[in-house]
Amino acid sequence: MTDSQVLNLKVEFGGGLELLFDKKRSHRVALPSPPSSPPDAAKKTPADINFLIHWLKDNLLRERAELFIENGTVRPGILVLVNDTDWELEGEGEYVLQEGDEIVFISTLHGG
Amino acid sequence: MPSKTCALCHSARPILKRPKTGQQICKDCFFKVFETEVHNTITEANLFRTGDRVAIGASGGKDSTVLAYVMKTLNERYGYGLELFLLSIDEGITGYRDDSLETVKRNQEQYDMPLKILSYDELYGWTMDRIVSTIGRKNNCTFCGVFRRQALDRGASALNVDHIVTGHNADDIAETVLMNIMRGDIARLGRCTAICTQGEDTIRRSKPFKYAYEKEIVMYAYFKKLDYFSTECIYSPDAYRGHARAFLKDLEAARPSAIIDIIHSGEAFEVKQEVKATQKLQQTCKRCGYMSSNELCKACTLLEGLERGLSHAVITDRARQKLDAEEPPSQAMRTIPYFNLPRAPGVTS
Repeated sequence: MTDSQVLNLKVEFGGGLELLFDKKRSHRVALPSPPSSPPDAAKKTPADINFLIHWLKDNLLRERAELFIENGTVRPGILVLVNDTDWELEGEGEYVLQEGDEIVFISTLHGG
Repeated sequence: MPSKTCALCHSARPILKRPKTGQQICKDCFFKVFETEVHNTITEANLFRTGDRVAIGASGGKDSTVLAYVMKTLNERYGYGLELFLLSIDEGITGYRDDSLETVKRNQEQYDMPLKILSYDELYGWTMDRIVSTIGRKNNCTFCGVFRRQALDRGASALNVDHIVTGHNADDIAETVLMNIMRGDIARLGRCTAICTQGEDTIRRSKPFKYAYEKEIVMYAYFKKLDYFSTECIYSPDAYRGHARAFLKDLEAARPSAIIDIIHSGEAFEVKQEVKATQKLQQTCKRCGYMSSNELCKACTLLEGLERGLSHAVITDRARQKLDAEEPPSQAMRTIPYFNLPRAPGVTS
């Protein structure tokens, strides 16, 4: 019954990643619920950061996907923050998103 | 699972997992340990003396922006007694360096430090835009690297500073160790982990961020809301370094200590005297007075190639000598102004 539910998120890109996303640093995202996994359709797949990463690649990314995503997650060297906390403290890609969350992606790969 | 409280102060909520130690720490403790570790790096290596004039090599990017901020903070907090300057090199790359220099100009205001910008155009008579339009995109990074190194020294000399600090971080140094191993460049491998380099006739250069992880530098800039510029150079990046970097980031993802471990490996290599002896002796460039391991320094050789329209042929020393035998360089050719080292520290002129 809650299949059509969306999560409203604020997504930010920095460190040069914004160049891949329409050169905009800050985006408002209405993230749809992920499709249920076939073997157990009754069980809902949680909308986690891994799902967000794929959704961003399919919906917001404008160019050079290989600079953002690698082996199903962000490319090594991209930092992720969940509500201003290192995602490594929040379960990384398995963090289940909540309404109003702020997710920041920062590339460290650009020259200093 | 995240700890409830910071591993250092045991009270605030942690916001960062340190790659070096795995500790989960809060924002205030992060600022404190990051700054204190840089301070310890500086004091353990005895980098500065009271009254030193120090130029921060500033590109407007994350590392040098954080370095300028941290140097200013530590200089005030611990009373280093340094006079700090920002030194930027304008390679003449439209849409890249012109934008990043705007960031440096804002940093000048924000950090209240004098800024000197020296351009390739002013020093060599060529911008990178013109070099690339002449020689194409094959060797342009060679030109840019050789020209930048000398330009930094000349900018420092114009500022009359004793010391240049650069934003090279632990990741950069680990990358360089890997590259030197993969290229078999044993002489450079022996030198590349040194925190401070100084020949007899060069300006001291050091890397206060030698042990600072890139992740922490970027997090520091993020949490301090520092103003930095991040765009890839428009003239194809150094491909070899790019591979080394991607490899290193994969290693770091599997084991975060990999970066510091590689630096330690680099430091532990002992280069045999016989190998050191094969390195050429330093001399002075007969044309511009800059240090050189040949009659002409690399920048003069490259510039001559550009001026004579033979930039491909002139890249090796042997090719240049062959060319000189055929046709000596014209008197009207653009050369680099003569290099004078600033006064020795403590010596009044």
